Amino acid sequence: MNKNNKLLILLTLICIFMFAFSFALVPFYNLLCKTLGINGKTNTSGVINKSATDFSRSITVGFLTTINTQLPWDFYPKIKQIAIHPGETIKTVYIAKNNSDNTMTAQGIPSITPPLAAKYFKKIACFCFQKQTLQAHQQIEMPVVFYVEPALPRNIHEITLSYSLYQVHSSKK
Amino acid sequence: MDHSHKTGILSYCKRWLYTTNHKDIGTLYLWLSCILFFFAGIMALLIRAELFQPGMKLMQPEFYNQLVTFHGLIMIFGVIMPAFAGLANWQIPLMIGAPDMAFPRLNNWSFWLLPFAFMLMTSTLFMSGLAPNFGWTMYAPLSTTYGPPSTDFLIFAIHLMGLSSILAGINIIATIINMRAPGMTWKRLPIFIWSWLITAFLLLGVMPVLAGTVTMMLFDRHFGTGFFNAAGGGDPLLYQHLFWFFGHPEVYILILPAFGVISEVIPTFSRKALFGRTAMIYAIAAIAFLSYIVWAHHMFTSGIPLIAQLIFMYTTMLIAVPTGIKVFNWITTMFKGSISFETPMLFAIGFIFMFTIGGFSGLMLSIVPADFQYQDTYFVVGHLHYVLIPGSLFALYSGIYYWLPKWTGHMYSEKLGRWHFWLSVIGFNTAFIPMHFLGLAGMPRRIADYPIQFTDFNQMATFGAFIFGFGQLLFLIMVIKTIRKGKKATAQVWEGARGLEWTIPSPAPYHSFITSPKIDTKNE
Repeated sequence: MNKNNKLLILLTLICIFMFAFSFALVPFYNLLCKTLGINGKTNTSGVINKSATDFSRSITVGFLTTINTQLPWDFYPKIKQIAIHPGETIKTVYIAKNNSDNTMTAQGIPSITPPLAAKYFKKIACFCFQKQTLQAHQQIEMPVVFYVEPALPRNIHEITLSYSLYQVHSSKK
Repeated sequence: MDHSHKTGILSYCKRWLYTTNHKDIGTLYLWLSCILFFFAGIMALLIRAELFQPGMKLMQPEFYNQLVTFHGLIMIFGVIMPAFAGLANWQIPLMIGAPDMAFPRLNNWSFWLLPFAFMLMTSTLFMSGLAPNFGWTMYAPLSTTYGPPSTDFLIFAIHLMGLSSILAGINIIATIINMRAPGMTWKRLPIFIWSWLITAFLLLGVMPVLAGTVTMMLFDRHFGTGFFNAAGGGDPLLYQHLFWFFGHPEVYILILPAFGVISEVIPTFSRKALFGRTAMIYAIAAIAFLSYIVWAHHMFTSGIPLIAQLIFMYTTMLIAVPTGIKVFNWITTMFKGSISFETPMLFAIGFIFMFTIGGFSGLMLSIVPADFQYQDTYFVVGHLHYVLIPGSLFALYSGIYYWLPKWTGHMYSEKLGRWHFWLSVIGFNTAFIPMHFLGLAGMPRRIADYPIQFTDFNQMATFGAFIFGFGQLLFLIMVIKTIRKGKKATAQVWEGARGLEWTIPSPAPYHSFITSPKIDTKNE
């Protein structure tokens, strides 16, 4: 085999490697975000491992909701914001109503702002851990139980918890 | 392929369709980029015409968005990249003493992919429904959830362009590594060749990543995956990371060959050897390396953590060091040289002057707190055009004026060249200096309308853009005139020129260096 063809094979392998690398970056990115807690994503199953409540300061937690445009539901928090102490266990409730004539399934995707607060924001229970299925015109109350770890950096005074609700398509296509 | 001058349209088409000659393919690349340059240039003038006055005057906002998208994509993938590939095809074998590229048939294929890629992409403008309208960056979810159906054509066009670039990159690396004439050591290798070797490695490193990214886009659009879709457990921000991991090295793919051209032209017209040649090569390599670790400076306002902002800010600023080395070395090369100001040198000096301005505005953008103000404003538009027009485009002009006598055997008209240069400089600065002020005053980019207080600067920019645009017609006239007739060029062409390409007659014969040349070492 002449040296040109050897080089051709080597360089083609580099290209294939880089193509594969671009796909490998996807799990790597998710892992990095999860480990460092840097993109505002919270835990996806319940945890409880808390230390004593820190009564020396309080934090305002705001609740926001977004509905995907294709989803004919109402979706809003029962209370808009709440002042809490770090370490305190809080329960709040979201209301969802299916306005359509069909049974529909939706999934809530949470996001925390500022993103750096995400790894201190712990959910004990959340409706977002499972898909929610509502009959036509059914309304439900969906609970979230959470606490904020006292280790939260002192410069964070406000945390916004936002949920986007998306329709789950049952194995279409 | 034989070089017989058969007549008839069919044999003429076959000659260009089947050619494996590096000079033919170089010419094809250059003409393709020339055609696309005027095509995307007309789009730029339409954009500027719309922005001449506030309010929607000429077109619908949707069409404006399509213009912005196509102008960006074509100028980058259809003009600057193929034009430098054209220079590479013509010059690499001539400058290293090789008979042709390493893989002549692959070379043919990598060119002929391009016209079809651009036809595929441009065809979306004529389909019913919207053409791609989300900007050249193709951010998800604009291109996934909200992308018009025609986006799929764009995705496949980008696959083809990427394939073409990768093949060209492989060919260039193999040619430079394996095909050098005996005695053409790494130490003697011309700096233009060095710059292309490093650029080709950048191409191989990032074009596959772009291909992967647009493939994910395609999957998200049609196969129910959720790479960039939060509802599917993905993240739209991931798209930005992947895109800019490609996108930042890409901007150096557009500028490193330009550094190479300038490093050839300045010594010739200063009649001195390039100052700090080794440092120049290391500087190119350092810039190429740094380009891989700065991508998130395009995303400072996307909510990335402070520590990441700081890291990317410092690495970005670090690029100013090797770039500074290059600028100072070019100036030092000119220092005490016996300089003459032929058109290639005018463009080279224009390059140094205005590219440095673009570099400084880039440095301003790299500062995180300042970037929060500049992000997505006309300041960015001003900055990127200052590095792409007097950077890449002026270097291309410099290279074309420099080597055109070698290619055609005729001297170009120095008078036309000067007019072209000065109209370009005046038009360019009139068009793009005001954009910096517009950006600082808060005018956002990519929006078809603006508040009335921005009118004066916008009218100035439009005025300049039209001078610049019509000035480029002089270039076309110059090229056609030079091909047809002109003063006979000598083999040496330029008094101060050094290198193998000047040892063969002008015009360069169809087959050159069939036997390896002897490298002249007496000037070392």
